[in-house]
Amino acid sequence: MGDRTPEIPHRKRTLANGLDVIVHEDHHVPIVAVNVWYHVGSKNERPGATGFAHLFEHLMFEGSAHHDSGYFPPLQQAGAQLNGSTNTDRTNYWEVVPTSALDRALWLESDRMGFLLPALTRERLETQRDVVLNERRQSYENRPYGLSMMALMAALYPPDHPYHWMTIGSAEDIRAMQIEDVQAFFRAYYHPSNASLVLAGDLETSRGFELAEAYFGDIPAGERPGAVSVPAAPLSEQRLVLEDRVELPRLYLAWRAPAMFAAGDAELDLVGDLLANGKTARLYRTLVYERRMAVDVAAGQGSRELESFFLIVATGAPGHGLGGILEEIDRELGRVHADGPTPDEMERAVAQAEAHFMYRLQTVGGFGGKSDQLNAYNVLCGMPGYFAEDLARYRSATADALCEAARRHLVPDRRVALSVVPRGRLDLALEGSRAVVVS
Amino acid sequence: MPVDRSRLPGVGADPAFALPTVTRHILSNGLHLRTVEHWSVPVVTFALQIDGGSGADPDGLDGLAALAADMADEGTGALDAIAVSDALARIGGDYDVDVGADASVFSLTTLARFAGRGAALLADMVTRPSLRPADFDRVRQLRLDRLRQLKDLPAAVAERTLLHLLYGRHPYGHLSIGSQPALERVTLGDVEAFLARTSRPSAATLVACGAMTHAELRDHVEAAFGGWAGSGEAPAGPPAARLRPEEASRARLAVVPREGAPQSELRIGRLTTERATPDHASLLVMNAIVGGQFVSRINLKLREEKGYTYGARTSFDWRRGISPFVLQTSVDTPSTADAIACALTELADVGGPRPPATAELASAKASLTRGFPRGFETAQQVTRAVAQLALYNLPDSYFSDFVPAVNAVTVEDVVRGARQYLDPGAFTTLVVGDRAAIGDSLAALSLGDPEILPA
Repeated sequence: MGDRTPEIPHRKRTLANGLDVIVHEDHHVPIVAVNVWYHVGSKNERPGATGFAHLFEHLMFEGSAHHDSGYFPPLQQAGAQLNGSTNTDRTNYWEVVPTSALDRALWLESDRMGFLLPALTRERLETQRDVVLNERRQSYENRPYGLSMMALMAALYPPDHPYHWMTIGSAEDIRAMQIEDVQAFFRAYYHPSNASLVLAGDLETSRGFELAEAYFGDIPAGERPGAVSVPAAPLSEQRLVLEDRVELPRLYLAWRAPAMFAAGDAELDLVGDLLANGKTARLYRTLVYERRMAVDVAAGQGSRELESFFLIVATGAPGHGLGGILEEIDRELGRVHADGPTPDEMERAVAQAEAHFMYRLQTVGGFGGKSDQLNAYNVLCGMPGYFAEDLARYRSATADALCEAARRHLVPDRRVALSVVPRGRLDLALEGSRAVVVS
Repeated sequence: MPVDRSRLPGVGADPAFALPTVTRHILSNGLHLRTVEHWSVPVVTFALQIDGGSGADPDGLDGLAALAADMADEGTGALDAIAVSDALARIGGDYDVDVGADASVFSLTTLARFAGRGAALLADMVTRPSLRPADFDRVRQLRLDRLRQLKDLPAAVAERTLLHLLYGRHPYGHLSIGSQPALERVTLGDVEAFLARTSRPSAATLVACGAMTHAELRDHVEAAFGGWAGSGEAPAGPPAARLRPEEASRARLAVVPREGAPQSELRIGRLTTERATPDHASLLVMNAIVGGQFVSRINLKLREEKGYTYGARTSFDWRRGISPFVLQTSVDTPSTADAIACALTELADVGGPRPPATAELASAKASLTRGFPRGFETAQQVTRAVAQLALYNLPDSYFSDFVPAVNAVTVEDVVRGARQYLDPGAFTTLVVGDRAAIGDSLAALSLGDPEILPA
């Protein structure tokens, strides 16, 4: 069997109420992935009311008007796997069900899209608020280096920028949320004209559209929310230090970078590979393999809707401060700026990208499965079939373009350098760093 | 036609599903081969499972199996570590090592068109590692540094401490990464001796699964692994699976202090039985009811009713030998004692005052049987499932027996399993948390004075 040109064949229709419906057939296993994206994330929040989009996601599993109890029992007993997630740009919900339970999944998904509020009680809000505060403790507060991204994002973006705060939100804001705020949030963002539905798996396309119309067609369209405004904010170099309960110091370097799918986005993703993906990568080779100054290093483009960030993270080996690591990183960045990647490096990076696009075709559902990808392309660039063009961005990237993107965006005097050091070891931080407090 | 929202749609009859067909073959060097055709995407996975794993670590050298496994991608033949990484990248290879309690699994997924190169590279890496001193020294140091970092990760501290509390000095009593004194002591000679003892074709199974025929898969494996000739020496000492650990006769409580921690990392565990137990299906159902899924009793209690945690779950950590059953969660510090009390009550009640209701049992079984086909979507999933059959010596009919076996489980089976394995008198409770903030409240649990252990 030869390799096909990878793609995700599909059909798209938009219902009268504005709901985008995309169907992809894959008959290998008798399952169907149901995947719904709402085009709302923490970028739609305001300072002082952060963490809202994510807490709301939790409430979507607690019941709706016609099924006024948890969503997990009827779906798990149907053999489904289900989950949801929130990031800065969008909120997604998915179920992977046996074909025999597709109606049940669609009934529930449509009920919470159309009829959530009657089931939303103060008690449910209070319990999920406690759950989310515990999620915050577990994933951020009680974890080594867990607060660094908060410090980094807060420094990278000004206070009125929609990416200034993390999606999890501040504990104080989460505690202050009222049920009226939650209701208003639902009315503003959770309706068909702000949503996209994918059905992927063992079903006929025509049946997929029929079911979508039957379950979702009657839900009022709602008003499409306006675009989020992004203040212009030039960045100059900032050096910050955070003391944490950690054994080894870690350096974070972050730059603001072009938005997802914009010119330079794929190139910077490849620059990340070139710097830190595998032992052949330049920073790994220098810092971890040859000089043994660091125990790990990672680099990459965090692609997002409004704009992306490029991040390099290196953890210092015992006995090494972060100043020496920064020097090495800057030396390698200087080389990339001057000469760009070698033909060997380009060949390797593109081979890896090609393979990873193929691996992305292996599952219909879940985070990152084909249904999730179709929705990502549909919601973030309006073209569910963008998979092939996306791959083409990587295939056609040139060494010169990588070099140009690095020169333009990865500039030393426009970045945030955060040192996270063991308590009492400020001497390991970069010189001239200002202490930040995050909680 | 408008949707009838007066009731939830029912679930139809289970769809027909073709289970993978596994063929077996033994190469002339003794390597056991299992092949599976999997045609959805032009991808192939090869996984070499070698008996041993961290349970084969010699006394005083815990971490040796994992360190030895880590040397596979550090060089082979003319390729140094950088060149191995380059060769993997050029075929878009996804290489992974998993060192478990009973075996180490080395797997490589690549595009089908690179199957031959992928199999050859995997064979070179795993069966002919260079084992250069400089690489050994670097890899060992990175593992020591990692251990040091794990002291600050509450979940890692809890896992390591609990295994030790449950198994004591038994070979299952440590994580695969090992301990600092052992890693400081270990030499390259130890790695060489370990590989000479364990890395033999007759003690290994190769699973090949992907978008090609059985014959093609077999040809690739023959070409790559046919020349592997490990020494025929018998392993030193009995495998971990056959050593019986000493089992707890009373409930225990231990605390690893973590000053100022906003949450307590909790583990409540005990030793149970072997993976090959005939009760496996009923224990799976029991676990689903008590803590194995979102709608389980423990998660609904601790998360959805009390809001104490982001999530709580239970699982059997299956091994060839006696395996642990563990509840794990992370709860806000002031709720620690109450969370433990609630969890112990939920565990005890299944075999006591609150046996599974008929609907609850049916729901747990349906969740397992209806969800079963979902686990056969990717070549990696199928490979892992087939490797497990080999590891636990389960019959070829295991996949087709699964649904009927689960369907046959009764309330009485679950209650019997719960009485045998969920009796709170045999559980060890471990808290990694702020001792000053929770100390006194633990007294109410009547588990005695806590043992205080280091991180």
